[in-house]
Amino acid sequence: MTRKRKQRDYSIRKAPILVIATALVVWAAGVATGEPARVLEQACQICLSCIGLG
Amino acid sequence: MDVIRKWVQIIFAFAVNGNWSFPFTRGIYQGPLKVICSPGLNCYSCPASTTYCPIGSLQNLIGGVRLALDNGQYFLGLSVIGSMTFLGGLFGRLICGWLCPFGFIQEMIHKIPSPKFKIPKLLNYGKYAVLLIFVILLPLFMVDDFGGSGPWFCKLLCPAGTLEAGLPLLLLQPHLRSTLGLLFVGKMAVLLLFMVWSVLSSRPFCRVMCPLGAFYGLFSRVQLVRLHLDKQRCTNCEACHAVCPMEVKFNENPHDPECISCMACMSKACQHNAISVEIGGVPIHAGVRPLVIPKVEAAAMKSEEG
Repeated sequence: MTRKRKQRDYSIRKAPILVIATALVVWAAGVATGEPARVLEQACQICLSCIGLG
Repeated sequence: MDVIRKWVQIIFAFAVNGNWSFPFTRGIYQGPLKVICSPGLNCYSCPASTTYCPIGSLQNLIGGVRLALDNGQYFLGLSVIGSMTFLGGLFGRLICGWLCPFGFIQEMIHKIPSPKFKIPKLLNYGKYAVLLIFVILLPLFMVDDFGGSGPWFCKLLCPAGTLEAGLPLLLLQPHLRSTLGLLFVGKMAVLLLFMVWSVLSSRPFCRVMCPLGAFYGLFSRVQLVRLHLDKQRCTNCEACHAVCPMEVKFNENPHDPECISCMACMSKACQHNAISVEIGGVPIHAGVRPLVIPKVEAAAMKSEEG
C-alpha cells in the first residue's frame, strides 16, 4: 500500500536557518572570550560624552 | 492589526525600560539584565533602561579593540554582532516596526495634524553611510594617544540618547548641568530636527539615519519572519503604496530593505488577500478581508463565459 503525500505549495527557506546558526556561532565565540562581562561593565556606567554631556 | 502592534510597542518599550526606581536612585540600572541586547535602538544610559544598546555597545567595543588586544583580550564585538545578526536573521526590520521604542515615539509624533511630506528615496542611503562611518570606521580609526576611541554615533548624532538619557539625567542629576557645552547644543539640534521632521514625515530617523535599521535592512531577503506577496493574487492596484509608512511599493519589491513589516498593507489596504505573513517559507494566511476574486481568475472566468 502506498501512502500519498500531501503536496506542499511552498518551500521551506534554508537561508534564515543558516544566518541564525552563524549568528549563534559568532555570539558563542564572543561569549567564550568573556566579552559579555565587558559589555555589562560598559552598560552599567554613564558615559557622559556618549550622550552629549561633558 | 494596528492596535495589536501599538500594544506590542508599548509593552516592549516598558520591557526594555523597566527600571522605574530611577526617580529615587537618580542613577541608571546596573543589574545583570544589562547583559541582554535590546532589539531596538534604546540608549543604555537611559535611567530606566534594563538592556544594552547594540549600537552603543558595538562602538565601544570597536573603539577599545586596540587596547583590549594589547591586554590580551579578544573583545572584537563578536557577542554583540552575533546578537544583532541573530535578531536580524529572525525578524529583520520587523523589529523597527514592532519593538523599537524610538520608532514608536516617532509614530506618535507623526499623529500630530500637519501637512505631510514624502522623504526623497536618495536620503534612505544616509543610514548606511552612518553605519559605516560613525559606527565602524570612526571608532576604529579615530583613536586618541592611548589607542582608544569612542562611540561617535552616540556622541554626535544619536537623538535617542539625547531624549532617553541626556535630558532625564540632566533633570535627575543637576550637577551635570555645568558640563553642558557645544556637544549638547549640537545633539539637541539633531533631536529637534528629527522631532519636527517626524511631525511632517513618517519615521524620518528610521529611514535616513538609524544605523540599526540599516543593519537589520541587510537581512530583508533572508529574515525568517517576513511578509509574503502572492503574485497570482496581486492585481497591482497599488493600494499598498498609499498606506505604507516607509513609502515601500510592496507589490513591486516585497523584500525592500525599508519594509518594517508593520503589516499596514496586509491589514488596511490589500483587498485580494495577496499579502500574508511568512515564517521560513511557510505562509500564514491572515485572511483579514473577504477574498475578492483576483484579476487572473476573474479574467479566466470572463473568457469561459464569453
